[in-house]
Amino acid sequence: MKPILLTLFFFFSFIFVGCSQTDALKSSIIRGEEIYTDFCVSCHLPSGEGVKGVFPPLAKSDYLFKNREASIRGIKFGQSGEIIVNGIKYNGVMAPMGLSDDEIADVMNYITNSWGNKNNNMVTEEEVSKIKK
Amino acid sequence: MKQFHFIVPFILMSLYSCAQQAESEVKAENPEAINYTTELVVADINIPWGMAFLPDGSMLITEKAGDLIHFKNGKKTLIEGVPEIYVRGQGGLMGIKLHPDYETNGWIYLAYASAEGEGEGGNTAIMRAKLNGNQLVEKQQLYKASPNSKKGQHFGSRIEFDNEGYLYFSIGERGEGSLNAQDITRDGGKIYRLHDDGRIPEDNPFVNVLNAKKAIYCYGNRNPQGLIINPDTGDIWEHEHGPKGGDEINIIQKGKNYGWQVISYGINYDGTSFTDITEKEGMEQPVFYWVPSIAPSGFAFVTSNKYPDWKGNMLVGALKFEYLERLVLNNGKVVKREKLLEKVGRVRDVVQAPDGFIYVAVEGKGIVKIIPKN
Repeated sequence: MKPILLTLFFFFSFIFVGCSQTDALKSSIIRGEEIYTDFCVSCHLPSGEGVKGVFPPLAKSDYLFKNREASIRGIKFGQSGEIIVNGIKYNGVMAPMGLSDDEIADVMNYITNSWGNKNNNMVTEEEVSKIKK
Repeated sequence: MKQFHFIVPFILMSLYSCAQQAESEVKAENPEAINYTTELVVADINIPWGMAFLPDGSMLITEKAGDLIHFKNGKKTLIEGVPEIYVRGQGGLMGIKLHPDYETNGWIYLAYASAEGEGEGGNTAIMRAKLNGNQLVEKQQLYKASPNSKKGQHFGSRIEFDNEGYLYFSIGERGEGSLNAQDITRDGGKIYRLHDDGRIPEDNPFVNVLNAKKAIYCYGNRNPQGLIINPDTGDIWEHEHGPKGGDEINIIQKGKNYGWQVISYGINYDGTSFTDITEKEGMEQPVFYWVPSIAPSGFAFVTSNKYPDWKGNMLVGALKFEYLERLVLNNGKVVKREKLLEKVGRVRDVVQAPDGFIYVAVEGKGIVKIIPKN
């Protein structure tokens, strides 16, 4: 009897955690969209397409998915130096926007789940807080 | 006739939509010959936002994230005692200007985003202070816009003096144009005028209007990041970031309304339209507007003999297209535009220094000097 209860417990808690994670991600994405419109859209543009050679794309960006930590660091502390995104070289400067850790998590969740991007591994405030310069 | 009536609105509509986004008639050209070279005089600055030249030939540079850099004898020193800066979106440490009488009184004016005051977020502030060694001293905050806002947009903020010694500065509408720009009881979307010590001039246009912000000199401006005295006329000229295809140059006049966001030649950056009208009684027309937008920042009139071909011209940094634009005026109209320093990077500021040379602040780079070829 007991093992069955235990199994059920784990089963339901798994579903519950799964759901709350999805809901949390959804609301984070909604908040992230607001941040994006406020701080990012003027360079990366409304559909995340960027400007070839000047502002790297976020939509279907290989850099964003292969370099999750560096992407967060770039938003948190600013980005400079050469990077290669989808085979094209970028050497611009992105200033730090002064976003708080929860706002950075939100905007990361938005850009990694928009314009054809998909990321189920939610970025959390805690993850952002651990990333140092 | 009936059919004609039916067609007219469509013709008008198509005319409007064409008129709104037709490229500027005077297009930015490449120069026929390049009669200058450039020298990177100060390297490695992320966002050099403003520059001021001290009488000893050294330079003060504001870096947006909050550093005030003193560049002297080839060496950068960080000035201590800079006010606390609210770094957020487009806000940070911004414009810098010396008092016209700097040599006798030593006042340095700074524009910066500040979180002081009530409410979350920040807004633009103006301070004056003196330099004692590497320390800012005798700091006096002359103005702080309110309320604070967490929005990332449109802080302004350039500082200029006119020939009578009045202090002017610009504050953008903080991303809330419809709320702030037309309302003289609210800060933002304005050019302000004060005495050099922060007092409000008795003849400011709205001193007798109930609840008005008395420091306002003119309003209806979106995000002005260019503010400079025209050396020929003594007028204050500004340029401002408009919406898509709506960056403007205006001559600032007391109490006037420059129309944002009731009239504009631009459209929203997402392509939607927010106004059908480009002019309205009681609202000023720009001297010039850019289609496409160049994202203007930094403004200078060339008066120096070092650049005979450019004398009397205006220089404007083009953040978006990464060049320095030269504009030739004839009878108050822009008749020619030329791209200088193409591909130099995002030009944030341009100043003609007391030595007669033109210095350009470039993001991700530093300060570039333009040296004419003989």
